[in-house]
Amino acid sequence: MKFSGFRVVKEALTGHKGWGALWRNPEPKPDYDIVIIGGGGHGLATAFYLAKTFGKARVAVLEKGWLGSGNIGRNTTIIRSNYLLPGNEPFYEFSMKLWENLEQETNFNSMVSQRGIINLFHTDGQRDAFRRRGNAMMLAGADARLLDQSELRKMAPFLNFDNARFPIKGGLMQSRAGTARHDGVVWGYARGADMRGVDIIQNCEVTGFRIENGAVKGVETSRGYIGAGKVGVAVAGNSSRVMAKAGMRLPMESHVLQAFVSEGLKPTIPGVITFGAGHFYVSQSDKGGLVFGGDIDGYNSYAQRGNLPVVEDVLEGGMALMPMIGRGRLLRSWGGVMDMSMDGSPIIDRTDIEGLYFNGGWCYGGFKAAPASGYAFAHLLATDRPHETASAYRFDRFARGHIIDEKGVGAQPNLH
Amino acid sequence: MSRLQGGHIDRNAPLNFSFNGQCYQGYQGDTLASALLANDVQLMGRSFKYHRPRGVFSAGSEEPNAMVELRSGARKEPNTRVTVTELFEGLEAQSQNHIGPLNRDLLAVNDLFAPFFAAGFYYKTFMWPRAFWEKLYEPVIRSAAGLGRLSMEADPDSYDRGFLHCDVLIIGGGAAGLAAALTAARAGAQVLLADEDFQFGGRLSSESHTLDGASASEWVGQTLAELDALPNVKLMTRTTVFGAYDHGVFGAVERVSDHLATPGEGVRQTLWRITAKRTVLAAGATERHIPFANNDRPGIMLAGAMRSYANRWAVSPTRSDADAVAIFANNDDGHLTALDLMAKGVNVLGVIDPREDAPRLGNYDLFAGGVVSGTKGRLGLKSIQITKNGQSQWHDCGALGVSGGWNPNIHLSSHHRGRPVWDESILAFVPGKDGPAGLIPAGAANGQGSTAAALAGGKAAAQEALGDLGLAIRDVVLPEAEDAEIAQAAFWHVPGKGRAWVDFQNDVTVKDIDLAHKENMRPVEHLKRWTTLGMATDQGKTANISALAVMAELTEKSIPETGTTMFRPPYTGVSLGVLGGGDTGSNFRPRRLTPTHHWAAGLGAEFVEVGPWMRAQYFPKDGESHWRETVDREVLAVRSGVGLCDVTTLGKVDVQGADAGEFLNRLYANMIATLPVGKVRYGLMLREDGHAYDDGTCARLAEDHYVVTTTTANAGPVYRNMEFAHQCLWPELDVQMISTTDAWAQVAVAGPNSRALLERIVDDLDLSNEAFPFMGCAELTICGGLRARLFRISFSGELAYELAVPARYGHALMQRLMDLGQDLGVTPYGTETLGVLRIEKGHAAGAELNGQTTPTMLGMDRMVSKKKDSIGAIMSRREGLSENTRRLIGLKPVDPDAPVVAGSHLFAKGAAQDTHSDQGWITSACFSPHLGCHIGLGYLENGDTRLGEIITAANPLEGQEMQLEVVSAHFVDPEGGRLRD
Amino acid sequence: MLIPHPLLGLRDAQEFTYLGDASLMDRPDPTLDNAETAFCDYVFMRDNPAGVHRELWFHEQGDRSWLVVTRNTITHEILGAELAKDLKLNRKDAQ
Repeated sequence: MKFSGFRVVKEALTGHKGWGALWRNPEPKPDYDIVIIGGGGHGLATAFYLAKTFGKARVAVLEKGWLGSGNIGRNTTIIRSNYLLPGNEPFYEFSMKLWENLEQETNFNSMVSQRGIINLFHTDGQRDAFRRRGNAMMLAGADARLLDQSELRKMAPFLNFDNARFPIKGGLMQSRAGTARHDGVVWGYARGADMRGVDIIQNCEVTGFRIENGAVKGVETSRGYIGAGKVGVAVAGNSSRVMAKAGMRLPMESHVLQAFVSEGLKPTIPGVITFGAGHFYVSQSDKGGLVFGGDIDGYNSYAQRGNLPVVEDVLEGGMALMPMIGRGRLLRSWGGVMDMSMDGSPIIDRTDIEGLYFNGGWCYGGFKAAPASGYAFAHLLATDRPHETASAYRFDRFARGHIIDEKGVGAQPNLH
Repeated sequence: MSRLQGGHIDRNAPLNFSFNGQCYQGYQGDTLASALLANDVQLMGRSFKYHRPRGVFSAGSEEPNAMVELRSGARKEPNTRVTVTELFEGLEAQSQNHIGPLNRDLLAVNDLFAPFFAAGFYYKTFMWPRAFWEKLYEPVIRSAAGLGRLSMEADPDSYDRGFLHCDVLIIGGGAAGLAAALTAARAGAQVLLADEDFQFGGRLSSESHTLDGASASEWVGQTLAELDALPNVKLMTRTTVFGAYDHGVFGAVERVSDHLATPGEGVRQTLWRITAKRTVLAAGATERHIPFANNDRPGIMLAGAMRSYANRWAVSPTRSDADAVAIFANNDDGHLTALDLMAKGVNVLGVIDPREDAPRLGNYDLFAGGVVSGTKGRLGLKSIQITKNGQSQWHDCGALGVSGGWNPNIHLSSHHRGRPVWDESILAFVPGKDGPAGLIPAGAANGQGSTAAALAGGKAAAQEALGDLGLAIRDVVLPEAEDAEIAQAAFWHVPGKGRAWVDFQNDVTVKDIDLAHKENMRPVEHLKRWTTLGMATDQGKTANISALAVMAELTEKSIPETGTTMFRPPYTGVSLGVLGGGDTGSNFRPRRLTPTHHWAAGLGAEFVEVGPWMRAQYFPKDGESHWRETVDREVLAVRSGVGLCDVTTLGKVDVQGADAGEFLNRLYANMIATLPVGKVRYGLMLREDGHAYDDGTCARLAEDHYVVTTTTANAGPVYRNMEFAHQCLWPELDVQMISTTDAWAQVAVAGPNSRALLERIVDDLDLSNEAFPFMGCAELTICGGLRARLFRISFSGELAYELAVPARYGHALMQRLMDLGQDLGVTPYGTETLGVLRIEKGHAAGAELNGQTTPTMLGMDRMVSKKKDSIGAIMSRREGLSENTRRLIGLKPVDPDAPVVAGSHLFAKGAAQDTHSDQGWITSACFSPHLGCHIGLGYLENGDTRLGEIITAANPLEGQEMQLEVVSAHFVDPEGGRLRD
Repeated sequence: MLIPHPLLGLRDAQEFTYLGDASLMDRPDPTLDNAETAFCDYVFMRDNPAGVHRELWFHEQGDRSWLVVTRNTITHEILGAELAKDLKLNRKDAQ
């Protein structure tokens, strides 16, 4: 069924009788060409592009809970391609281009909204670093603008310019950045994959891999054994747990990141704004909630919940940056499990086990990457060659010394 | 006026207030809700999506409908529930989320188009043409989005935060909470009793039940008097415990002044972090409703809320005394509303109860086996349709109380993601066993609904807590209370054609749930996200279970099989201001001031934020009109005379012990153990992954005594890392260390005249080049006996020293040097000049040592000693690091008037400018007064072999492109003669 | 979170700075033939268990001791805390 404004009107006039399931609830088949573990943004995007771009239909996505129940179900929905390093920037710019056509590709309105992102700077040193980054973005074909204080005052007059501990001197802006409706991304990819024959199997937890002679043959699940020509793992915060079942250790720690939303307010904040002197970033959703976050809590955790000091830290930053939000209220907070890698950058690569492929290490930035991650992982699974924009995301970069460390803090995940 | 007899209001204290500009009067003890109802105002707001007229639905923090913008100007608070807003003199409130007057909201047109706005419609449209989303569709959607408005002015009030510790935290001061508090307090436990309401009592204040045959308020009063007199009890009203965190830590917000017109000198709210050994969750229960057609009209409210208004606030829910009130309930409890209203003289139409065998508890008309199937009255309820035995009949009705049973307030018990458990006997979820450790649910929050059960439950929970804490239990005699078992039917909604609201605020109806089911959005989280159910400001407190029941019916599963509800902090909305704790504006972070700060301020210095520090940036003189003018003067003064700069912020670590040399050998990439006493060496530290970490100097003051300096930014981390290396890697080494950054004021004395100046203050140290050469250090006395340390080190490339004195003498030292050096041209300089001097000299700083650079890039790979092991040495030899061809170089513009801009990227002349041909970047740049042109430092591929080459620096971000010559990074005195003489 | 400091009793976790897996105390022998491989493993690879985790916390706003805290990463329950220095010395003694 094709979605369109016409269809919405027609159904409205005929009592919504014609709508059907967005996707099926199939029973698992005995085997598939490709099994994707993880029904989140990355897994579903992988399945979608495998089916649509690479013509693979005997594909299954196994999800232990409900679709989108991981980090894509709870995040601050920011999309951007404002990275510095050559290993990253082309990949995220590729992702941005996929975002820009996502609705047309999936026939589902994921509400990609390019309202821009501004990273504020407060010192000359930060400005120089942002200039280097903005130039790196432009050299990779992305857009960037360096704003001075007077331009910023016009765009965001509510920021604390005049009584700040760390005065705002300007910002690096990417106009094409913005937000997307996170659940809509899940559902768009899921529906698109399902329509093209992919079996999406919810409530199906992988409990082990069947590996013979160094090659993966299939997966044991809570719903029985499922054979597979290839297995792709895209389970974000649970990467270490799942890969341990195949006997692998990863350069990764799982950490909790909290995210927050305020009660609905009339629109005030134009795009995404990040504070350069505190731990705070914010946007406003189409429903009116301020969606914001800050640093990870900083300790290993699989608990999907965080602690109060970070809540206070985030709001200290928020109040310092935009003291006009003080009389709004926090509605809800979440904690998600982040697959924090040792250099802050992801891995999309084969493993030493034939037929087993891995996608993870997205840290707290996986949402914006989902389209390119899915595309590049599908490319790898379908062709056994890395996608050109993801060729740096290899396992062996750590041993070889080719780390992609945007922040320059080294092998300590809670600093990335 | 719909004011009844009795109630807990002070009729001697009238209060004036306004709503939408209209003035009214209420009493001390009223909420805005009760006062508006007493003034016959039923219409208070509009719903989110369809802009349906709405009135108050509850009497507590679960309110979905009646929200206002409270106060005005910078103190405006959007989305404020009238049900929890205490009335105060002069209160101003405005309804929100409508265009035009509240009773003629233009956006109510949405309601006419409701069929087009079914659940999830926006995911299916607005996709064509592509560009229209940002340009047209989204702006239209956003213009209608949101509820209340922020003032857009900075919050003028102050906030505070604090810590509280107790043996037993009791959340909720109703029957269960009070019984628990009494039990725990009499046993001598440190008790903290918190309630979100402005008075204790919970439902006891809202019911007509008696305790020991007397009014419940008597027992509440006695209990509070006893608790208040005990030194081990802290009573906190207006305090919402909003979140359960790890290890017995709870977040709570106390609304200190929200019941006043302004906070005056005090704070508006306080954020408390409460650490409790045990916690009794006695948060009560929230009534749920029964969806039926057009069940959202003003005048329709929860039956229990109606009792609250009648009993606590002496308010009738109708606009006119002549109007009748009806009750629609699937349980016995709802019938009590009819009894209480009748006792107050309100005209009761009857009780409609879908149970064929519903009991008649009093002298009212009972419609057993009946349901409410429709309503009329756009801006306020006028009539209801009662359907019984297939017969429908309209009845005039001014208000309708609805009761679908009660949901225990289990929220905090699932904040650690514990799953609630379905209790079929009360048709509700109760706390599971996997809640936060140490949290004991009690009373209605635990499904103990009758007053007697709640009292007993509170006492038992407190006894359990006391037992866990090893405190002796002293018996508490509880008052006699009602103990009625509440019969109820599993009747979840009235089937029918009309729209039956489940979630009022977000306009989610039974039909939307039906559609979600049809579209396979069946997992409860998909249902929620597809329909937006439970995502409004009330978080579905009155809606979620009903929705679950409807979905269960559609999937033909039980409610617990369909899903459970999961709660996350906060329990109710918490103001963002209080969560920030008051550390806002210029108080966002502490300011650290250097020992010479006030001296510099006295000279009119400009200051700059450097991490936590404020440092003097430059010292403008009269007549200087531009900062560059000042900096150029300062730079030249250092190069020709002598300059003074406070460098206290650099980290200093004192390292002592027999193995101190060996220890530092393992920390620094280069050799330290061989350093002679009285000498300083430049040292490079690596991270264990082989990248450059920090640099500084290491001075050996004695065989077993070193002083290590770090960069300002890494003062803390390097010290932490040193302790790690000692305690976790090599504890067998005899070494101790302590950070002395704050203990010593350190001043750079730089320039050709620096020796002459210092000679005027040292007591008896020979400063001649022979006696105290470059990289020498000494402990000495100055100014006639002041203990000091002197290091002959240079960041500027000039003859220079750093002199350290105990921090309290920093100001005096600076003053003395200034006084004594006038004839030598002594000039204070700040961080800008420091930066220019070091760029001219080619010294790496933060922009070069940014954590991404390797010793090889810095040209320091040979410093990484192979004769010994040190942190990072092994890993620095990996291929990716050792084969990195980027090198630190100097850059000079071909056109001497052209700027050099840090952050530009470097390309071979004429090369395409893209990611692939990128050869490096400019790390730092400045105008060099020494050379008379701009200069820069940067990393360039094979830069060490390209001296003299002309390359292109591209700054497309600002539309610039410059031709630069690659030169040595040492622009000044490359041979280093000046600093050695 | 509250951390049971072996010398100072329960302390707010905010007084501490977190580092990571306590295996960081087991720095490889740099003289081994395969030292680079061993160091790569030491620096980058983690068990990252969902469950009991031994981890390093530095009492930065306190007595400056490094602790090995045993904590469950699913429930955040803390099962114990020891002074890293004592642990390391005991281990070296045992060797």
